[in-house]
This record gives sequence, C-alpha cells and structure tokens, in this order.
Amino acid sequence: MINLAVVRFPGSNSDFDALRSAERAGMNAYFVWHRDPDLRGADMVILPGGFSYGDYLRAGAIARFSPVMQAVQRHAAAGGPVLGICNGFQILCESHLLPGALMRNAGLSFVSKPVDLVVECTDTPFTARYAEGARIRLPVAHGEGRFAASEETLRMLEAEGRVVLRYVPESERSPLQPNPNGSAHHIAGISNAAGNVVGLMPHPERAGDPATPDDGAAFFTSMAAWQPQPSTSKASSR
Amino acid sequence: MSFRVHVRVMPRAGLLDPQGQAVEHALSALGFPEAGEVRVGRAIELDVQAASPTEAEARARQMCDKLLANPVTEDYLVEVEEGG
Repeated sequence: MINLAVVRFPGSNSDFDALRSAERAGMNAYFVWHRDPDLRGADMVILPGGFSYGDYLRAGAIARFSPVMQAVQRHAAAGGPVLGICNGFQILCESHLLPGALMRNAGLSFVSKPVDLVVECTDTPFTARYAEGARIRLPVAHGEGRFAASEETLRMLEAEGRVVLRYVPESERSPLQPNPNGSAHHIAGISNAAGNVVGLMPHPERAGDPATPDDGAAFFTSMAAWQPQPSTSKASSR
Repeated sequence: MSFRVHVRVMPRAGLLDPQGQAVEHALSALGFPEAGEVRVGRAIELDVQAASPTEAEARARQMCDKLLANPVTEDYLVEVEEGG
C-alpha cells in the first residue's frame, strides 16, 4: 500500500480533500506538519492548496523554507513523487523543484470555477491512469495562477513533453471553458525533467467523490497503482 | 556600521502587469488621463550591518536573488543609505 504524506502549512486548505481522495483510492494517507523534519517513510507527497503563510511576499515564497521542505527536496531528488496542487504548485516553483513562476491572474480577479483541460502527459505517477489527450473538467480556485517562464523554458517544456495539463483554448469554440488566468501556452500543470514532480493549478482532490463529477479521481488511482521504477528513477544514478 | 537599504522590486518589463493596468484605468476614470505605462511593484526597506556600503549592497543583492525577488518574473533595484 502506498504511504502518502499530505503536508500542512499554516493556511493550507483542501488538505482533508486530498487525504480523503487518497484514502478512497486505497492509499495510507496521513498529515505531516510543516515543522516536521521528515516525511515518516512516505512513498509520495502532496503539497495541497491554500494560502501558506498568508501568501506574504509572493505565494509560496516563505513556505519553501519550512523544515518539511528540506525533506521534500530530498524525497524529490531521490526520484520520489511529489504533487503540488495550486499553492503547492507555487511552492514547488519557488523551491526550484519546477521551473517558472505563477503570477497574478491576467484578469486580476480570483477565479473559482470549473475549467476544461487536456491531459497531455500520462507518463507521470499522477496521470498514468488517464488516456493521453483525455478531456477532463476540474475546479480551479486561485488569484495567482498565471504560469510564466522564459521563452527558452517554455520551449524546453514543450519539446520534452512536460506540459501535463493544458487549459482548452477558447479558439477551439467548444463548450469547454477557456484559460482562466492567461497562463503562457495555456499551461495548467507541468512536470520536472524526471517526471516525478508535478505541479498544477486545478484541484483534482475536489473532484474525486463518486457523488460529484469525479474527473480528478484518476490522479489518486494512478498514485495508488504507482510502483517505483529503480531503473528510471534518479535514485539509481548514485 | 549599519546601513539602511532600500530595495525596489518591479515586474519584469515585457511581462503583463495586470495590477498596473487596473491602476492606470482607475487613474484615467478619476480624471488623470495623462497617466500611462503604470506598473506596480513592491518596496522593501531594511537595516544591514556591514563594514562598507559596498558590502551592504552585495549582501542585499544576495537577499534579492534568494528571496526578496523572483528571478523568473521580477527585476530589482538596491540603494544603500548610510547611517541606520
């Protein structure tokens, strides 16, 4: 059974949703406080959404200095899967575990609504159970979700297939919702080069209950089915 | 010696600054149509203990690179004032 640590910072939210979604998928999920120096043997880590440290200075900027983030850095460096959702994505970017940054939404407003997305990369521990190109609908709730990066970084992300989730662009004239925040290349989620660290603005943990639209559930069933692959993980390189 | 350090962090030129645009629209609506190219950043002041103004500035720049500014999206300006 997969042991999943859900990290809680002062100001985290959706932490219980993440825990329950994980339990529903059959994982042994537990909370880890931001002051904890270790992850208590976690196979996987979720950094949930919210407003850690009140978003002081920049969203995620202070959280990255929490003691627990040292453990998350080590876990990620060893090839361990880490999923950052919303504020968790912002923390991963501020921690340099993912490239780029998340800026104030183009429309300035806090956006809270369902959006339609394309799952572009299924080669991660979090999206393996989706079909490549699958259209899914997940809620977003953020004020600073506009992914920005240098042209060079954007080219690299595209060339290496590291855009995990993309907002369906308005130009498609589908009933689907357009990019809610003005992100570069309509990016909603990306991975690191090894694929074990993923950050996304939408909230799969808020769309995981069978009683509601559950397009996010496959994130958690993917995680529950994950098996370490020593031959491809960074852990084997030293 | 103690130096008062003034740090100005601004959104990088060329990147969309929706806050600046909103303030510009508000100024225009208030009767200041002459205002243009508004950009909104952040000012940070701090005392730095250092042997010289040069050292204080160098340390402040390290602080900017590591925390006060995000190198992906922001530029910063550091000014050192003597006597804190």
